[in-house]
Amino acid sequence: MILVFADQRDGNLKKASKEAISEGKRLATSLSDSLGVVVLGSGAKGVVDEIKKYGADKVFVSETPDAYSPDLYAEGVAKIAKENDAKVVLFPGTSMCVDFAPRVSAKLEAGLVTDITATEVKDGKLVVKKPVYSGKAIATVDYKSDIAMATLRPNVFELAESNGAGEVVEFSVDGEAKAKAIKVELKEAGKVELTEASIIVSGGRGVKGPEYFQNELQQLADLLGAAVGASRAAVDAGWIDHSHQVGQTGKVVSPKVYMAFGISGAIQHLAGMGTSQYIIAVNKDPDAPIFNVASLGVVADLFKVVPALIEEIKKAK
Amino acid sequence: MNIMVFIKQVPDTETKIKIADDGKSIVEDGINWIVSPYDEFAIEEAVKTKENLGGEVTVVTMGPKRAESALRTALAMGCDKAIHLEDDAFEGADAYSTAKALAKVIEKHNPDLIFFGKQGVGNDNTQVGQLVAEMVGIGHIGTCIKLEIDGDTIRGEREIEGGRETVETKLPAIVTAQRGLNEPRYPNLRGIMKAKKKPLEKLTPADLGLSADEVGLAGAKTVYLSLELPPARQAGKKIEVEPEVAAKEIVEFLKNEAKVL
Repeated sequence: MILVFADQRDGNLKKASKEAISEGKRLATSLSDSLGVVVLGSGAKGVVDEIKKYGADKVFVSETPDAYSPDLYAEGVAKIAKENDAKVVLFPGTSMCVDFAPRVSAKLEAGLVTDITATEVKDGKLVVKKPVYSGKAIATVDYKSDIAMATLRPNVFELAESNGAGEVVEFSVDGEAKAKAIKVELKEAGKVELTEASIIVSGGRGVKGPEYFQNELQQLADLLGAAVGASRAAVDAGWIDHSHQVGQTGKVVSPKVYMAFGISGAIQHLAGMGTSQYIIAVNKDPDAPIFNVASLGVVADLFKVVPALIEEIKKAK
Repeated sequence: MNIMVFIKQVPDTETKIKIADDGKSIVEDGINWIVSPYDEFAIEEAVKTKENLGGEVTVVTMGPKRAESALRTALAMGCDKAIHLEDDAFEGADAYSTAKALAKVIEKHNPDLIFFGKQGVGNDNTQVGQLVAEMVGIGHIGTCIKLEIDGDTIRGEREIEGGRETVETKLPAIVTAQRGLNEPRYPNLRGIMKAKKKPLEKLTPADLGLSADEVGLAGAKTVYLSLELPPARQAGKKIEVEPEVAAKEIVEFLKNEAKVL
């Protein structure tokens, strides 16, 4: 069986989970194997129908544990993997999965490769590709264990609906948690998550202060259904929270469109957004390195371009 | 409190990567080696905790001879003693076989609180802290941006999609440090001088009760088949026009090229 973990909170199935299930289905097809999906936690039953749309043959669902616990979640996934003789275990690269997938790897004594951007079947075995040195190189990684595990970089693997047997198997994860979440604060409810956004509006040193992030760039992002990103310089200056930082010491993103305003394009920033499909850069400095990677480069004052752009988009909609 | 912090020496983040002749590793000549940036937050939190609650901080690394300088940096920042897992057998380790060896260090020394950086920059695995926690059988708080110690209970905040969550666990436990946890101090001259005299113990697989085939490349569960430079991105169109015209061009691009409008 190819087993995929589906990350959901309170009945909201993450887009990255659907991408992982879609990739699991493609692997199941090329390895002539079945696809199992395991989903845990309160709200799990509510996402079963959505999971089935992506071709699951079996959905293993447990409403326990009620709160996220890295050790109990690992136990739940490892148990299903063992009982069903899973050959491959995939996870979406969400904050939750990045946190507990290594514990599953220890339990199954299986190799885990994180943040993969491609899979390949070679002689009937899974081989994966992973950016290393912040995307400055790409490693092709093979497994020496019987079970191959990976977390998938969000926004990279294509969504694909398909058919599967869709059998639902209920189970429960019991036991006392060693560590567990006691509080969740969703501060930016309704806002688009950076790693899952298909468009990112990002600002750098050239933005010159916190107000422009909160007002103009946020307004532009809202119009486009985009998330707001920032360079390290803007975060270090205290203009915007670190959770918005894109780059080597921030988040790695691969949206369809990355719009960089007043970002010079330091190597550490390029490391975080270099796999974006399209890059649009607006910068006063014609020699800014960001122009070397931009699909559309605009040499101009961002403070003049952004308001004009907001008007143009309003007109276009 | 008996505190332990695990660190990794990595190439400076500004390093230009060149692929070695074997096609699966990087050319190490001329690389400036540093303490992995996330490990600096781990060291700072360990030293800060000692300053607040008393105790001792042991800094641990696995790596070749050169990794000793990373340990000296940590000692200069205020760690009290160092352990260096140095042996040819440790080479070629992946996250799993690294964790296997590090878990033995914890089992041998029984620290109360253990810190890791959330990931070693370079291989960017984001795995070792959690792997070790599972191997030792203790709880962990991952990618922690704020830590509170309350007797033998610890609570840590971590970033999740669209917000934060607070995770609670009991000591002994592992915390992996994320940027935001603290502001790492710079080692001062006095610290650097003192660091030279602090004890540094070397350990081999045998010292940890491990055979050579359980560590390094032999004990790894994953192996690099090849390493390649990514395809170079081509610059597209570059324009220098009036803002209104620029705005129109961008909208055209969003509509016709990217097809998102």
